[in-house]
Amino acid sequence: MSGRGPSRWRDRERQESRVFVDTLLQNILNALQWGSFYALIALGYTLVYGVLLLINFAHGDIFMVGAYIGFFVANFLLGAYAFKIPANLSPPLVFALTILLTMALTALVGVTLERVAYRPLRRRGAPRLYVVITALMCGLLLENGNLALLGASRRSFPTLIPPAVYDLGGVLVTNVKILVIIATVLVFFFLEAVVRKTKLGMAMRAISYDRMAVPLMGIPVDRVIVFTFILGSSMAALGGVLFASAYPVLEPYMGALIGWKAFIAAVIGGIGEIRGAFVGGFLLGFVEIFVAAFFPSTLRDLIAFSILLVFLSFRPTGFFGVARATKI
Amino acid sequence: MLEVIDLHVRYGNIEALHGISFTVREGEMVALLGANGAGKTTTLHTLMRLPPPEGPVVTKGTIRFRGADLIGAPAHEVVAAHGIGLVPEGRHIFGNLTVMENLHIATFARKDRAAIKQDLDRVFALFPRLADRKNQRADTLSGGEQQMLAMGRAFMSGVRWILLDEPSMGLSPLLMQELFRVLKELNETGTTILVVEQNAHLALRYAHRAYVLETGRIVMEGPAHELAQNPEIKRAYLG
Repeated sequence: MSGRGPSRWRDRERQESRVFVDTLLQNILNALQWGSFYALIALGYTLVYGVLLLINFAHGDIFMVGAYIGFFVANFLLGAYAFKIPANLSPPLVFALTILLTMALTALVGVTLERVAYRPLRRRGAPRLYVVITALMCGLLLENGNLALLGASRRSFPTLIPPAVYDLGGVLVTNVKILVIIATVLVFFFLEAVVRKTKLGMAMRAISYDRMAVPLMGIPVDRVIVFTFILGSSMAALGGVLFASAYPVLEPYMGALIGWKAFIAAVIGGIGEIRGAFVGGFLLGFVEIFVAAFFPSTLRDLIAFSILLVFLSFRPTGFFGVARATKI
Repeated sequence: MLEVIDLHVRYGNIEALHGISFTVREGEMVALLGANGAGKTTTLHTLMRLPPPEGPVVTKGTIRFRGADLIGAPAHEVVAAHGIGLVPEGRHIFGNLTVMENLHIATFARKDRAAIKQDLDRVFALFPRLADRKNQRADTLSGGEQQMLAMGRAFMSGVRWILLDEPSMGLSPLLMQELFRVLKELNETGTTILVVEQNAHLALRYAHRAYVLETGRIVMEGPAHELAQNPEIKRAYLG
């Protein structure tokens, strides 16, 4: 009888600390997912910057285009249109095909952008400022083109994977969340391998160091640039489909804010560095989620970006970035 | 054979070459001499068909290589399809890549694995220092080693015509000699060489023939040993 009082206290304490740990784990998982979206988009900024020293401001909208293409591909595969494929596909197959087809089609959009908008300027030796402005305009074109073509109404992305929630000892996690995080980690290792081990990847790194010498190696620079846009756009498309699977509402401006933020993530990580895009993306995800956990959510961006601003003032080149030495 | 006929080029509105003509025959080692601003680098960049800003615009004239017209070819094809390479002034090695990656990336357009392996052995035999440092980042190399890497890289691209722009620049006199000995060895084993050089002494000692450029025009040409005796050349370039 005498031990009951203190033991109840202990139980309560234990319970409280468990709740705290659970909340912490829950927030970490949320941050990992949120950061994954930033990382997948930040990649495209960083890859193109590494090769062209161009900030491709249309890239956030490529993410939006990816989500929309995913929407149409998924509905097509589900048989929602008059023109159907003569087969009944299983849900996992529909999901996998949606991702692959969307990545391919979005890559095509990215490459078209490069061909039609950026390459002609490069050929004429236009200063970088003009190319960046062109990129901004391309982004607006994509947003407003979408608006004109499909109207302002929002669309809801079909449910491709039946939602499931797992209870890991008090921490709730959805299957989509796990998928997003795993996919992002896989993309990281895939891209690192491409850039370290393949000749095209080596050429990408070589261009970022000394562009003039690259054709002297027998390398068609334009092909390397196209390859870069393929990588960046298809990863943004993967991000778009995964994002739409987690938050199934599509609208033409969905890529604008998240694109800006992903760009910031790329800079925080050190633009031009693949691992920088991931570290920056996850860092931004963590800062945003944890700020929102402790402060009113209306203050989220204000506080999150103040933190990042302070970080940049101490390390202007981001986590992995190095100041480019001016070559004499 | 490389034939340049009445070549006029310009950067923007400024004409840099006013109709130069010269030839380099298979197996030769030819030097291109001249003061700063004479148009030597411009000539090499034009031959390589480098795009602007490095390469000028050709306004007149022809560049014929083994019967083919090079004017319309992009730079990467001059290397990969025609087999002419350039070791640029200032080396332009990829400092963020390792020595091995620098050599590997030069084989981008090549498919002949066995020949690539042979070429790599050849480069390491010519420049044993590169073999010692093959896993080092290229920007950690000394100036002389970077020049070796730049030459090795050109060789790995499979070309057997190599243009060199001021290869001796920044090297010690001893290294300069060494470098020209290697060039001579390359030349004697089947590589045709066109070298732009400030150090006329050195160039005229090793080359078969030479051309002298002055403000975008060729003002003198002849066998190297004759030019070395020419009083005008002696006064202007040999001090």
